[in-house]
Amino acid sequence: MKLKTLILAGTALAFTGSSALAIDLTLVSWGGAYQASQKNAYTDPYMAENPDVTVIWDESSPEAVAKLRAMNEAGNITWDLVDVEAADAIRLCDEGLAMEVDHDQLLAAAPDGTSASDDFGDMIVSDCFIPQIVFSTTFGYRTDKVPDGVEPPTSACDVFDLEKYPGKRALNKQPIANMEWALLCDGVPYEDVYSTLETEEGVARAFAKLDTIKDETIWWSASAEPVQLLADGEIFMGSAYNGRLFSLIEEQKQPVGMAWDWQMFDLDGWIIPAGLPEDRLAAVSKLVNYATDTQRLADQAKFISYGPARASSAPLVSTHETLGIEMAPHMPTDPNNAENTFVNNYEWWADYRDDLDAQFQAWLAK
Amino acid sequence: MTTPETAEALTTQDGKPLKAALRSALRREKLRALMLIAPLLFFVVVTFVAPIVDMLFRSVENGIVSETLPKTVVALQEWDQSTGETPGEPVYVALYEDLVVAVDEKTHTRLGSRLNYEQSGISSLFRKTGRRIKRMDEDTPFKEQFIAADKKWGEVEVWQVLKQYSPTITPGYYLNAVDAELTPEGARMKDEDDRIYMFLFGRTLFLSIVITVSCLILGYPIAFLLASLPLRTSNLLMILVLLPFWTSLLVRTSAWKVLLQQQGVINDFLVWTRLIDDAGRLVMINNQTGTIIAMTHILLPFMILPLYSVMKTISPSYVRAAKSLGANDWTAFWRVYFPQSVPGIGAGAILVFILSIGYYITPELVGGTSGIFISNRIAYHISSSLNWGLAAALGTLLLVAVLLLFVVYDKIVGIDNVKLG
Repeated sequence: MKLKTLILAGTALAFTGSSALAIDLTLVSWGGAYQASQKNAYTDPYMAENPDVTVIWDESSPEAVAKLRAMNEAGNITWDLVDVEAADAIRLCDEGLAMEVDHDQLLAAAPDGTSASDDFGDMIVSDCFIPQIVFSTTFGYRTDKVPDGVEPPTSACDVFDLEKYPGKRALNKQPIANMEWALLCDGVPYEDVYSTLETEEGVARAFAKLDTIKDETIWWSASAEPVQLLADGEIFMGSAYNGRLFSLIEEQKQPVGMAWDWQMFDLDGWIIPAGLPEDRLAAVSKLVNYATDTQRLADQAKFISYGPARASSAPLVSTHETLGIEMAPHMPTDPNNAENTFVNNYEWWADYRDDLDAQFQAWLAK
Repeated sequence: MTTPETAEALTTQDGKPLKAALRSALRREKLRALMLIAPLLFFVVVTFVAPIVDMLFRSVENGIVSETLPKTVVALQEWDQSTGETPGEPVYVALYEDLVVAVDEKTHTRLGSRLNYEQSGISSLFRKTGRRIKRMDEDTPFKEQFIAADKKWGEVEVWQVLKQYSPTITPGYYLNAVDAELTPEGARMKDEDDRIYMFLFGRTLFLSIVITVSCLILGYPIAFLLASLPLRTSNLLMILVLLPFWTSLLVRTSAWKVLLQQQGVINDFLVWTRLIDDAGRLVMINNQTGTIIAMTHILLPFMILPLYSVMKTISPSYVRAAKSLGANDWTAFWRVYFPQSVPGIGAGAILVFILSIGYYITPELVGGTSGIFISNRIAYHISSSLNWGLAAALGTLLLVAVLLLFVVYDKIVGIDNVKLG
C-alpha cells in the first residue's frame, strides 16, 4: 500500500515537472572559450529571464554535418540549434537538413529600426544561415622557442619553413584552410587559389607542399586542442581560431604570439535543424531572436575576440569583461591585423568539401 | 500370464505407450530449457545477429541511384559505355526530368555524396548542377546546357560511374575495401598511390601481433610470480594488476599522453638525468610507438589473468619432482612447467590479439597518423564521411579475417588447448 502511494506520488511529480511550460533546448557549439562566451552573453541572461527554458550544451559542432546527416537518416533530430561555419550552413541548406528562415521575421531589428537583413547584410550567405560572428584561423607560436637571432614568424607561410623555425606544428585535420595556405605559400597568386584547387594538378600541388611538413605535424580535430598543445609547449607553431589564441595569450598569459599575416577569414552562425516539432521550434525561435539582437552580439565580444556579424553591434564593442582591455585591436578586422587577409570562399567549399575531404583523409592515412 | 504382444506395448499407468510418454517428457524438458534461455537468445539475436546481418546487407546495397534518377537509369541502359562517347540527348532529357524532382526534394546532394565515394568530384558536380537546373530552358538541347553548367557532363567517366552504379546491388564497396575499382572492363586494382586499405589491414595485423607479443613478454613473469607467491603477497600484487584494469580506458590513455609527450614526464626526466639533451627529446606519441606502449598497457590484464588462472592449477610438486631427479632450475622450468602453462598463453594471446585488432579509441588518441588501425578508418566512415557501405564492407572483411585467423589458430594450437582456468 505504502509503496503504491509512493509510486503514484512519484509519477505525479514527474508529470508536473515536465509540464507543458518547461522545455529543454539542446544547443550545439565548439566547446572551450568560444562556447563559454556564448553561454555568458546569450544563454545565461536568457535563462535568467525565462526560467522555463533549460539549455543543454553539446560540443559536436566539428562534426555537425555528419551527425545531422546521420540523425536525418535515423529520422530522429535531437538538436535544436547548431553553431556551424558558413560553408557548412550552405551545405546543410542544400541538403534540406537546415531550416530556411525569413531573417526579417525571425531576427530582431537594429535599435534604430534598420531591418535585420539590412543590418546583417552580406553576412547572410544562405537562406538557412543566421550569422553571429566573424572569425579568423591564424597561427600561434611559442615566443620562447623562436631560435636566437631569428625574427618571430609573422605569416601562415612560416609554418612551412622548417629550417628557419624547427619544431612540431599543429594543423586542422581537414582540408579547409590548409589547402589554401599550401598553394598560397607555394607561389600561387591569391586570386587563383580556388581555381587551382579545382584541378587535379592543383590538389596534388597542395598535397606536395603539405608533404614537406607532414612528419612534423600533429593534426587536431577539436578547436581546443592546438591551444592546449601550445600551452604544453608540444608544438612550436599551430593553426587555431583567433579567439582561442586571444584567451591563451591574454587570459592565461602564456608565452605565445600570433602570426596574423594570411589569416583565414570566415563566418560562423546558427542553423535550425529542419523538421523540429512546433513547440521546440517556437522556443528556439524566441531564443535565436534574443541571442542575435544588437546588444547580445556586442556582449559576446566582451568575452572573446570575435567580431559581431551585424553592423549595429560594432560600435557597442568595448572592453573585455574581466580583463578590462580594449577588444578592438584583437579583432581579425583591425587594420593592423588585416593587412593580408585570406577571405575563405565558403560557397566554393560548400560545393567541393565532400571531394576534398575524401582526398585529404586518404592522404592523411598514407 | 503376459503375452509377448502386451509386453511390447508397455504403457504407463494412465494407459499411454511408454515410448510416447518418454518423448513428451523429453520435449517438455527441452521446452523448459528453451524457455530459460529464451531471454538471452532473444537478446543475442536482436543486439548481435541482426546488426551483423544489417551490416552485410548495407555493404552491397545501392538503391539510391535508381531511386533518385529513375528515368536516367532506364535511358542509360541503351547506352554502350565502351564506345568512349557520351550518351545521346534522350539521356540528358531524362537526367533533366529526374533532377528537377530531385532538386525539389533535395535528394540530389545525397546522390552526389554517394557517387563521390566512387569518383571524387561528382559531389560538387551534382551540387553545382542542382543550382543551375531551375534556369535551364526546355527548348534548347539539354546536352549543351548540362555541359555548359559543368563540363564534367561531357566526360565519359562520369556517365560510366552512373551506369555502373545503377543496379540496386553493387560489389563496389567490397572492391573499394580491397583497393580495387569498377571499370567498364571489370574490376581492377587502383593506382599505387590510392591504395590504403590493404596497407591499413596489414598494419593492424602487424601492430596487433607486436602488442600481443609484448603483452606476453611482460605478463608471463608477473603471472608466474602471482601464482607462486604466498596468498597474502600475491593478493596485494593482484590488486596492482587489477587497479589499472578498473580505471577508465580514457583516463589511462590520457595519462599516457601526459607521460609520453615531448614535454612530458618521461622526456623531462631523461633530460634532467642528462641521458638526452633538450633538443633531442624522444618522440614517443602520435606515432606507432605511442599506440604500442599504450595498448600493451591497456591489454596487459587480459594476458595476465588467463595465464595466472592456468598457472595456479600447475602443481608445484611436478617441478620439485623434476629437480629431485637432477634437473637444474632452467630445465625444470622449460621442460616441466612451461609446457603446462601453454594453454594459458594460448588463451591470453588470442584474447589480446582479437581485442587489439578491433581497438580504436586508443590508436585514435595516441596514434597520430602512422599508428592508426583499420578500425579508425571504419569509425571515420561511420561518423564523418557517412560512407556506411564502405564501413560495412571493411567491417565484414575484418570479421572474416578474425574468423580465418581463428581457424588457423585452431589448426596450429588447437582450440581445446586453450584454457581460461
